[in-house]
Amino acid sequence: MVTEIAKTENNYQAAFRAVRASSPTVPWLELVRGSAMERFEQLGFPAVHNEEWKYTNLAPLAKQEFVPATRPAGVVIDAERFVFPETATAHLVVVNGFFSEELSVKTGLENVIAIDLLSAVADARYNKVARSYLARNAGYHNNGLSALNTAFLQSGVFLWIPRNVKVETPIQVTFLADAGRADSAAFPRLLVVAEENSSATLIENFVSTHDQQYFTNAVAEIVIKDGARLEHYRMQRESSKAFHTSITSAELGRNSSYDTTSINLGGRLSRHDISVVLDHEGAECWVDGLYLAGSDQHTDTHSVIDHQQPHCNSHQLYKGILDGNARAVFNGKIFVREGAQKTDAMQTNKNLLLSPQARVDTKPQLEIYADDVKCAHGAAVGQLDQEELFYLQARGINPELGRSLLTYGFAEEVIEKIKIDSIRAQLDEVVLRQLNTQLE
Amino acid sequence: MLEIRNLHAAINGNEILKGINLTVKKGEIHAIMGPNGSGKSTLAKVLAGHPQYEVTAGEVIYEGKNLLELAPDERAREGVFMAFQYPIEIPGVSNAQFLRLAYNEKRKHLGEEELDPLEFKDLLKERAKVVEMDASFMTRSVNEGFSGGEKKRNEILQMAVLEPKLAVLDETDSGLDIDALRVVAGGVNQLLTPDNAIIVVTHYQRLLNYIVPDYVHVLAGGRIAREGGKELALELESKGYDWITNPNVAGSANLNAAS
Repeated sequence: MVTEIAKTENNYQAAFRAVRASSPTVPWLELVRGSAMERFEQLGFPAVHNEEWKYTNLAPLAKQEFVPATRPAGVVIDAERFVFPETATAHLVVVNGFFSEELSVKTGLENVIAIDLLSAVADARYNKVARSYLARNAGYHNNGLSALNTAFLQSGVFLWIPRNVKVETPIQVTFLADAGRADSAAFPRLLVVAEENSSATLIENFVSTHDQQYFTNAVAEIVIKDGARLEHYRMQRESSKAFHTSITSAELGRNSSYDTTSINLGGRLSRHDISVVLDHEGAECWVDGLYLAGSDQHTDTHSVIDHQQPHCNSHQLYKGILDGNARAVFNGKIFVREGAQKTDAMQTNKNLLLSPQARVDTKPQLEIYADDVKCAHGAAVGQLDQEELFYLQARGINPELGRSLLTYGFAEEVIEKIKIDSIRAQLDEVVLRQLNTQLE
Repeated sequence: MLEIRNLHAAINGNEILKGINLTVKKGEIHAIMGPNGSGKSTLAKVLAGHPQYEVTAGEVIYEGKNLLELAPDERAREGVFMAFQYPIEIPGVSNAQFLRLAYNEKRKHLGEEELDPLEFKDLLKERAKVVEMDASFMTRSVNEGFSGGEKKRNEILQMAVLEPKLAVLDETDSGLDIDALRVVAGGVNQLLTPDNAIIVVTHYQRLLNYIVPDYVHVLAGGRIAREGGKELALELESKGYDWITNPNVAGSANLNAAS
């Protein structure tokens, strides 16, 4: 297996040389990309002997010779169908990791800078912000996946919400996998900087136009400054044959708020690493999610919520529904650092197993180094409640429909807090379709 | 409408019902009373088809059909309704969604057209008046966060929507204060027609002041120990269940009666 991994690295290395030639950038970023590639060569893909990867085996991904995608030229794509109506005037499209100005609509984004990340890096107006925050929170020194994404940084989205700007229209970033061929790899990158007292809603939408095998290796870095608010939805609806790895790193300023909900539906193998650092007083976050997996799907969420300063609150609810021989992993760490007094941290992970072959490995972890804190966590794995099922049956609802209704209800706790109607409606539909049922 | 013959039922191998005989006709109200552990609630659950209870002997004929052969949901669609003693909470499913689904399942069964959410909303609004329930309860998850009284009212709302032929009210009065009791009982009375029937399972006589039974059956040790008219309930109230279960100490205690 070691030789297989080495071979794949060589494959990426050849592609990396081509990137350097075709997508030159500013010197500092050239250096970052170069050292990221070196780091990936040393680290490779994470392997199961790494404690953080104990239950998710990337060997099939490492073995496959994925070919890094190049900038699509003149492709005609119907990206409209992935647009949530609420974001019709604020919709950014990224195809195979490359930002597409043509497919994007920015009429509702007058006060916001939403441009290609590589352009931002080269633009004197944004260079300082980009350089301050790019590759800062999603470091590549200890993480092979982040290193690989950073090495292939040729585009992506730079989203800058200036001070005091309240963006009313939700902003959608659609990461579209549109492989002209199978086995392509894309490296979507997103940098969001919400300046002091700004507020916005962000939707990340990972979708594909086809049902081929491909590899998405995404990184999103999110900076929320003092008093700013960000509501963030992340929808992962990759193809059923896709490999999807994704890193979300957020840092929160003083009295800022970050409310994120991750919905993981697609992919043959998906892994989401989300980390939220509360390193200024008075910050608050909600880090919620829902994963739905059926046969031959493996989905893994690793979450780190890091309370570094006092008077911060965090709330976390992750729910999972597993059917067939699906596998899921939830690993949620909460750190309360020394001095982070008056921390209020709450974490819950609940899993519903609809089949005896489904399996979940859940591990909520609290590490507390302060003494005046309020922390609670819990995990549950169970089947549908027989008394609830009987109650529905006693009202004339057949057992099959009853099971669907209860499963829908289980997911609803996460879905109902989503404030964008069309996302909620789409999710209701997805959940029910997965269950072969119609409610309406 | 309903004929129960020599019904025996067990849970986890323990026989609870030991030969129940009961006939209920259209338009009648029957009260099933009895001390704790006498088998009242078991009888209700067996009629609804709770999977934990095993019928070991006897038969139940409902509208000419063998009720015991029907699955619980089939019984419900055929018009049998049990109001639960402890209504179940269904998180994430709104009361309106749940009721419409149940209502439409029954319509489909009867070969009638289903109602869309808007049509159903009107119907629900109308039926909710029966138990004086506020519209805000319709968008909340089924029974979640409801008080005891609200849950019981919600049971009667379901009855109002589903219009059963045979309603079995299992301890519907337990946990109700006097005002809620009046509302719930008033709702049940409004739903009574010459074509349906109600079996009221209760420990106490007080509910029967509001829902006046035609017949009272007193269960003891899994059998019907005594039967009579509504005056039997009053007699029980003053004499206590010991009067029936332990005739030797008749009149010595009426601790079981409602205060």
